[in-house]
This record gives sequence, C-alpha cells and structure tokens, in this order.
Amino acid sequence: MNLSMKLGRGVAWGYLVVVLLITIFPFYWMLRTALSNNFAMSTDPSSLLPVHFTWGPFKRALGLATPAEAAAEGGSGASIDLALALWNSVVYAGILTILTVGLSALAAYAFARLRWKGRDFVFGLLLTALMVPSVFTLLPNFVLMKDLGLLNTFGGMILPAALFSAFNIFFLRQFMLGLSHEVEEAAIIDGAGPLRVCFRIVLPMSIAPMATLTLLQFITTWNDYFWPLLVTNDESVRPLTLALAVFKQSSPQASLDWAGLMAATLVAALPMLLLFVVFGRRLVNSIGFTGIK
Amino acid sequence: MVTTVQDSSAQVVRGPATTASPPPRRRRGPASRRNDTWVAWLLVAPALVGFGVFFAYPMLRGVYLSFTEFHILSPPVWTGLDNVTELVNDTRFWHSLGVTVYFVVLSVVLGIGVSLLTAVVLHRLGVNTTVRGLMILPFLISGVVTALVWTWMLDPQLGIVNQLITWITGEPIMFFSSDDWAVPTLAALNVWKTMGYNAVLIFAGLQTIPASIYEAGRIDGASEWQMFRSLTLPLLRPILVMVVILNVISSTQVFDIVQVSTKGGPADASLVLQMYIYDKAFGQFDFGYAATMSLALFLLLVTVTFTQMRMARAGESDTA
Repeated sequence: MNLSMKLGRGVAWGYLVVVLLITIFPFYWMLRTALSNNFAMSTDPSSLLPVHFTWGPFKRALGLATPAEAAAEGGSGASIDLALALWNSVVYAGILTILTVGLSALAAYAFARLRWKGRDFVFGLLLTALMVPSVFTLLPNFVLMKDLGLLNTFGGMILPAALFSAFNIFFLRQFMLGLSHEVEEAAIIDGAGPLRVCFRIVLPMSIAPMATLTLLQFITTWNDYFWPLLVTNDESVRPLTLALAVFKQSSPQASLDWAGLMAATLVAALPMLLLFVVFGRRLVNSIGFTGIK
Repeated sequence: MVTTVQDSSAQVVRGPATTASPPPRRRRGPASRRNDTWVAWLLVAPALVGFGVFFAYPMLRGVYLSFTEFHILSPPVWTGLDNVTELVNDTRFWHSLGVTVYFVVLSVVLGIGVSLLTAVVLHRLGVNTTVRGLMILPFLISGVVTALVWTWMLDPQLGIVNQLITWITGEPIMFFSSDDWAVPTLAALNVWKTMGYNAVLIFAGLQTIPASIYEAGRIDGASEWQMFRSLTLPLLRPILVMVVILNVISSTQVFDIVQVSTKGGPADASLVLQMYIYDKAFGQFDFGYAATMSLALFLLLVTVTFTQMRMARAGESDTA
C-alpha cells in the first residue's frame, strides 16, 4: 500500500467518524439532557455530562413526580400521560401491523400460487395504489372516517391501512413466486386444498420476508404522525408521536422543560431502539432487499 | 423435509387423489384445481375491500371535493372551477410551492450527495454491519422526535450547537426563527434522518457490482476518482434513480418535522405545501380548497416522477 492510498484511507475513516458522530450525537444528547436538572442546565449549557445528575425528568415524564418535586427541578406544569400514549402506540402499531402483513400475505398467496380468472387484472388494479402518494387520499379518508363515526377510535386509526397495502402484497408475491412448486405439489397430491397449502406450506416458507415486512411496517406506523393527527384529538387514543408534539406545544415557551421533554422523547424512542438492538442486523440486510420501502 | 419423502411417493398416490377432478391431465403447476377460484377471491377479498373503500373511493371523492365548496359540517356544494381560479391567484399557494421545491432540492441534492459519498466510503473501507446499523438509527425514530431533539440542540441560547457557534463566531444562529435559515435547517434535519438509510440502500447497490471490474480498472491504472466516475456511477444508476425518486416523493410530502419545529414560520418562511393544506383543512375548515391543493400536489408528483423515470431511461443506454 503506497502513501497516497494510506492517506486516502485515513481521510475516508476521518469522514466516516464525523458522519457517525453527527448521526449518534443527538441520541447521546437526549440522554444527557434527560438526566440533567432543568434549572441547572441553563447555568452550564455546554457541559457534555448531565448537569446535576437526577432521575427527575424521567419521573416527570412518567408522571411519578409530585408537583413540588417537578417545580423544584424546573418542570413546567404541562403533563403528559406517557404510559397511556405508549399503550396507544402499541395497540395502534401492533394491530395495524399484524392485520396488514397477515392479510397481504393471504392476497399475495392468491396472486402468486393460485390460478384464477381475472388474477392479473386484479393484481394490476391493486398495484395502481403504489403510484398515488398518501397525501391525496388522506383528506377524503378523514371525511370518510368522520362519516363513519370513527374519529377518535382505534378503528378509525387502523382500518384504512389495515386491509390493503399494495407494497406488502407486491413484495410478498414476488417472494412467493420464487418458491419451488415441489413441496406444494406433493401436498396437493396428498389431497390438501389450496387453503391448507397456504397455511401449512407457503406461509411457513415465507416467514422471513413476512418478518421483515412486520418490522418495517411496525416502525413506519409507530412513527406515523399525520394520520393520527387527523383522526384523533383525544388523549385516550392518541399515540406517542402526537402526545409528544402536544406536550411541547402546551408547555410555556419561555421556560420549556427540556429535560422532561427529552426524557419523554427517549421513552418514546426506546421501543425503536430496542427493536434496533435485537433486529438491527436483519434490518440493515433487509434494506437493499426491499428497496422501495 | 418429510415432504420430500412424500414427493417420491407421489406417483403412487396420484391415481386415487385425482379421481374427484376432471380428466387427469395436469402437470401444469399446482394451480389447476377446481376450488381455486373461489378460494382466491376469498383470500383477496380483504385487500379488495380495503382498496375500494379506503383508496379508490377516497381518491374519486378527493377529485370531486376539489371542485366543491365544502366545510365539513354541511354537504359539499359544486362550484366548478372556482377553486382552481382561487388556486391560480393564491399567492400564498405559490409561495408555499416555492418553499416546498426549495426544501426538496436542498434535501435531495444534499441528501443524495452525502449518502452516496458515505456509501462509497463504507464500501471501499469494507466496514462491517454494525457500523451500517448505527447509520440507520435516525431512520428508526419519528420525525417528531427528530424535530424535538434538534430544536433543543439548535436552541439559540441553550442549544449545544449554538453554544459552539457562539464560542467560535460570537453570535448564535437563529436556525428555526430566521427567514433565511428556516428551510435549510429543516432540510438538514431531513438529511440527518434519511441519510443513513439511503447510504445503506446505495451500499446494497454497490455490493452488486463485481469486484473484478475494479481490479480490471486498477490494472489499467485508473485512480479512485476515475473508477468512481466511469465504473461506480454508471453501474449504480438504476439504484440512484430509485433513491432520488423516493426521496423526492417523500420530501415533497414533508410535514411532521415542520409542524413540530417551525409550524411554517417565521412568517410563512417554511410553509411547505403539506403544512398549508393542513392549515386550510383543519385550521380554516376549507376542505374543498384543501382538496384542490392536494390534487395539485398529486399531479405535480406524478409529473415529476414520470419525468425522472423517462430521463433515467434515456440515460440507461450509456451503461450498456
């Protein structure tokens, strides 16, 4: 390796370190802020370590701090029912993900492994949805949810995206098309009907791509903001993303409780970070694989 | 595994199994059984219902509402092209379109530039999965969280970034509250959030390029830069085109980071289209006009995407 190549590698590593630092630093800063005393922070804003280390912000975020405690550490009066919002997000993202991946898998099986009249036409029809950005259907869908009386319900949040996802169907169909026919054929000859083949053979063989889609769908839904913003304004069903935004907006601008807010933000991001720790490798490897998502 | 055993016995079992179905002339794949059709429709039914009720119908209704006066509480009233006329004369709409285009161009140019560079560096250094994993961390968190943490870090008085800037230049930058900085700041946030994901996507594309091509290049005495320009870039084109299109589509619809950080301000400086539409619909309950703007945004996206795809196809020949 000659000198210029060594130099090049050095520069490349330097660049990578800077990029990684910029990528990760905000996460550290959330943690640092969330463990600081909100009052004390203004005296030493550039300290890289928590200022007057305290669990107070997390207590405030989770509603465990008494008003006196909160006031002593610079908490604002604004409160957030984080536990409820967390639960709402779990219900919203969980049910939607299970439904949309499951139903997409069934449809994908019909498109990939069964032969029936109108199949290609129906498939082509469903695919048109890939070309229309969600922005266009959001407003009319809101009106529809209002007409159906589903505003402020989980039904209203989940239903529009639960039954049909063009991307998921397309993706799973592509995978199922590539499965070998042999096993299936053997089962059919043993007298298994198409439903049995679907549930006992094709779906079990498609577990890997279904897991990937589940992961991606869960992340997308967990982080979704616009649709829940349209259909909910009640705390009882409001997911985390909304609760956080409302929390910030309802806090007094002058003395924002940044420590409490960052603690809440961290709690909100925690499930995603856990997913990352457990499934990070799968996620990274799936990105090139799924492409479009 | 057990099933492979069954496979060999298939010849034997075939006789009795096919008696129920019409003449045993199969071997056209497993799909030629008589029950398939209704089972297929059954399996596709939920998706079809979802498509019809929550996609096709809202879509048509959206087009219809675009030509009406509609305030949610009373039924829509057909007003023909009134909304379109209003749109053409609405300076705020054109302003917000300009803001959106500015945001998209900054996000995409900067975002793809940095992502491409990062992907190439990752590839050439042969970095392991863990590093790539760390890169996609911002992709996992919501736009709301992104906006909150950066609002805090860029805070004029207490934000760590402005602490640093004040230390160097003596003056903080009003990232979110000055006309000039608002949109570039939002674009930077967007780049921060999407860069790692795009880089990993491009990285996956790089992996499909056989190493032997680079070896050949090296033997011919090509420099890193020459190989990047005449080998990597052309071979990467299909992936790059896809990444650009996806980024244009998603950043044109940017909403959450704007709504949480600037709310379109200061004085409409960062009023992106989606923000304006939301404000019209849910701030002023002018649903008809909001639908018209959605339609315009949709048509814009279709045109842009279509043009990009055509341009991409026109350029494909030079790889061959």
